[in-house]
Amino acid sequence: MKFFLSVLLTMLSGVGISLWALSPWWGFVPVAFLVAAMIHQAPAKAFAAGFLGMLLAWGGLSWWIDWQNSSLLSKQVAVLFPLQGSSAALILLTGVLGGLLGGVAALAGSYLRISKSKME
Amino acid sequence: MRIVPFLCSTAITVALVAVFDRPLGKVPPLGAFFSPQYGFWQNAEPARQDYGGTLSINGLQGPVEVFFDDRLVPHVFAENEQDLYFVQGYLHARFRLFQIDLQTRAAAGRASELAGSKAINFDKEQRRLGMVYAAENALKEIEADTQFRSFFDAYTAGVNSYIEQLTESALPIEYKLLQSKPEKWSNLKTALLLKMMSKMLSGGTENDLANTNAKSIFMPEELQQLYPQVPDSLLPIVPIGTEFPKPAVIPVKPATADSLYFNNKTTVAAQSLDRPDPGNGSNNWVVGGSKTKSGYPILANDPHLELSLPSIWFEIQLKTPTHNSYGVSLPGSPFVVIGFNDSIAWGVTNSQRDVKDYYEIKFKDQTRSSYWFNGEWVPTTMRIEEIKIKDSLSVFDTVAYTVFGPVQFDNRFSNAISADRNLAVRWAAHDPSNEGLTFYKLNKARNYADYEEAISTFTCPGQNFIFASRSGDIAIWQQGRFPARWDGQGLYVMPGQDSSYLWQGYIPQQENPHAINPARGYLQSANQRAADGTYPYFIPGSYITARGVRIDKKLATMSAITPRDMMELHADYFNVSAEDVRPVLLANIQEGQLGLKEREYLEILRSWDLLASPDSKGQTVFQCFWDSVQVSIWKDEISRTNPVAPWPSEQTTIEWLLRDSVHRYADDINTTEVESLAMTITASFKKAALFLAAKEAEGKLVWSRFMNPSVYHLLKEALPAFARKGLAVGGYGNIVNAIKHSHGPSWRMIVHLTDGIEAYGVFPGGQSGNPGSRFYDNNISVWEKGEYNRCWYMRDGDRANQQVKWVLRFNKS
Repeated sequence: MKFFLSVLLTMLSGVGISLWALSPWWGFVPVAFLVAAMIHQAPAKAFAAGFLGMLLAWGGLSWWIDWQNSSLLSKQVAVLFPLQGSSAALILLTGVLGGLLGGVAALAGSYLRISKSKME
Repeated sequence: MRIVPFLCSTAITVALVAVFDRPLGKVPPLGAFFSPQYGFWQNAEPARQDYGGTLSINGLQGPVEVFFDDRLVPHVFAENEQDLYFVQGYLHARFRLFQIDLQTRAAAGRASELAGSKAINFDKEQRRLGMVYAAENALKEIEADTQFRSFFDAYTAGVNSYIEQLTESALPIEYKLLQSKPEKWSNLKTALLLKMMSKMLSGGTENDLANTNAKSIFMPEELQQLYPQVPDSLLPIVPIGTEFPKPAVIPVKPATADSLYFNNKTTVAAQSLDRPDPGNGSNNWVVGGSKTKSGYPILANDPHLELSLPSIWFEIQLKTPTHNSYGVSLPGSPFVVIGFNDSIAWGVTNSQRDVKDYYEIKFKDQTRSSYWFNGEWVPTTMRIEEIKIKDSLSVFDTVAYTVFGPVQFDNRFSNAISADRNLAVRWAAHDPSNEGLTFYKLNKARNYADYEEAISTFTCPGQNFIFASRSGDIAIWQQGRFPARWDGQGLYVMPGQDSSYLWQGYIPQQENPHAINPARGYLQSANQRAADGTYPYFIPGSYITARGVRIDKKLATMSAITPRDMMELHADYFNVSAEDVRPVLLANIQEGQLGLKEREYLEILRSWDLLASPDSKGQTVFQCFWDSVQVSIWKDEISRTNPVAPWPSEQTTIEWLLRDSVHRYADDINTTEVESLAMTITASFKKAALFLAAKEAEGKLVWSRFMNPSVYHLLKEALPAFARKGLAVGGYGNIVNAIKHSHGPSWRMIVHLTDGIEAYGVFPGGQSGNPGSRFYDNNISVWEKGEYNRCWYMRDGDRANQQVKWVLRFNKS
């Protein structure tokens, strides 16, 4: 349940943070950190939740955009970044990049929680 | 205990964000670039994108409606001209922002700001050619006219209105790739864009530097033979037999011309780095009612330029209560440049005239602060140029200005061996002028008199303005402000130590070559010399003869012409040069000396239908063979000097071969043997056959595979994914359908001046500059098939027409 909730919250922050106009592109990173700090899980699980949440957010968003665009642009960008013109590979790469950032942020957040509880 | 992993993982997180926030070499910052909300994904337009909406804009006088049709052509309906050009600026920025920013920065010698240090020499040359100086001079003229200035001001405000509301995510993808931001627009930038066109069309139509080297090795009669002024087969723009009035200006040859100029045998090592393609040409023609099926004139135009994505053209309709024009505009400038309204149609081709000369300057000393002129030391004006460079420190260059113009080449900017030569450039594009005014007036012209008045002030680059009116007039003027030259003036670098070599005056505008309603019922121009040898002025240039011959001969025999016939002529693949020269080549091949494979190629050449069609093998064999012949004949001669003398033109070589088959140039001067023409041609064929066999092994014997017709993105090989290559088209520079690799018909337009105006047009690109839009390249396949879009000439009553796909409303706030 905690895992599911973490994934969901991270994903929502990854999708929604840009609604706040002043957010930089990495605005979801502190959110992923906070989610992991507040919903206590083991570090590995926290990383997985952060990773999965952002993989879904960035992968899902880019997939949605790509679908609406009939893959016109992704086919070209997947040549500039040598992915043999594969839109799917470009979407996966986007998701993994987001996931990596979400994962490490959540990992850091999970340690914050643990260290706090020890102090208490 | 857990503090260490916490700090470590936090540090890793921060480090990752930092790494992804920064460019890695040529790779843009991964985080910002891949973020679906900020990066390139935001440039992927939904296929069902809605281009309509309502905008509240500060600076408008009234409401403006923009009706987009299904090809994203905007039909702009405004209540006054200022609002009209404001919205044109807004739309150019909306769809072509990176293009107009890049082109004007490059024009101003600021390419290094985007491209980095590899563009420094390009930028220096732009500055030393005086591009900004030229634009500033033009702007003074433009802004002196308060009404006209208000159009430029409105256009600039429109571009900036779009730029100001841009968010990071909405930036064109090129900015995201290059890590750059758009710059605010200004009237100077519009002037710079027009100077970019001047350079493109009149910056490479002279050959003064290479000609100077030719003069050092060839005798005067040889120069006449190799570089003649009037080709035998010329079919000029102004019909043969036209009588020219006695010249009002008679320039005087300086007393020292023979000793200091014609007989000066010194060579010049300097060469321009970025020489515009001399093939920047075009076709236009018009047929009068006597030649058409409908009885109304038909006008056709296809400007040949470097083909690019986005295209150099943007299709648009511009309407106010007092006028209604349609055609293509140049993003970066207001007005329709080539098009029509409900009374007239007009088009342009390049005049190819030489309006750029070089003068040798003698500086007093290394400071370049004064130069010798009319017997005294005259001070130069220094212009300090700062070239800003992406990711690096600025480079500075100081350019000395003389009475002639800027010193383009000197010891700080030239080839190492030319360190002692200082060359100032005198270029018609430096003179104050307002070319936009001509287009503004043409947009509104209603008849021949309006057209003649509109073009009369056009200065540079010289253009052949072709015209047809619904009332039945057809006309063409070669218009520009052309120097009245004494015979031979400006072919070579001129002495720059006194005023006698300056341009003494200009050909009076009324004496520019022109023709109105000729009895034969048609007019045409295709970059050939405007008039035959009876024209009373010396008019050197980089003329191309072959296309004009073909077009003239076709039009002469056609009757009951329809727009469909004109489309077929645009698509014409007939190789008129090959028709002339193939018999001479075939007659001189010593067949006994050929091997099996060579005979096979010879047979292809012999049975070829003379069409440069995409699937032709004969065109490939001919072109390789003919190029090889020209190299064999001329390379030894022109290489007697370094840098080499200019190649004699293809037309000259053809005519020489047809006239005189025992000419001495056939001999290779680097061998002891004396080669006959037959020996040279046979050896050339053998060389070509070797090359052809290699191409055939790669599957490139078919013409379109050999030529690889392509449309590149503006950033060329840096962004190959944004190019469209390997198009199935034929043609060549000397063929009416003048496609040559990435160069050719950049806009094909046919206007039938019926009561309803029946117009067709296509350019190889699309309205949008965004590679993520379906309107980025949607017209390429239309163009490739030789097809056209019907231009929808919208009227007041058409607001509810089904062809309107989106409506964008601008309201004043």
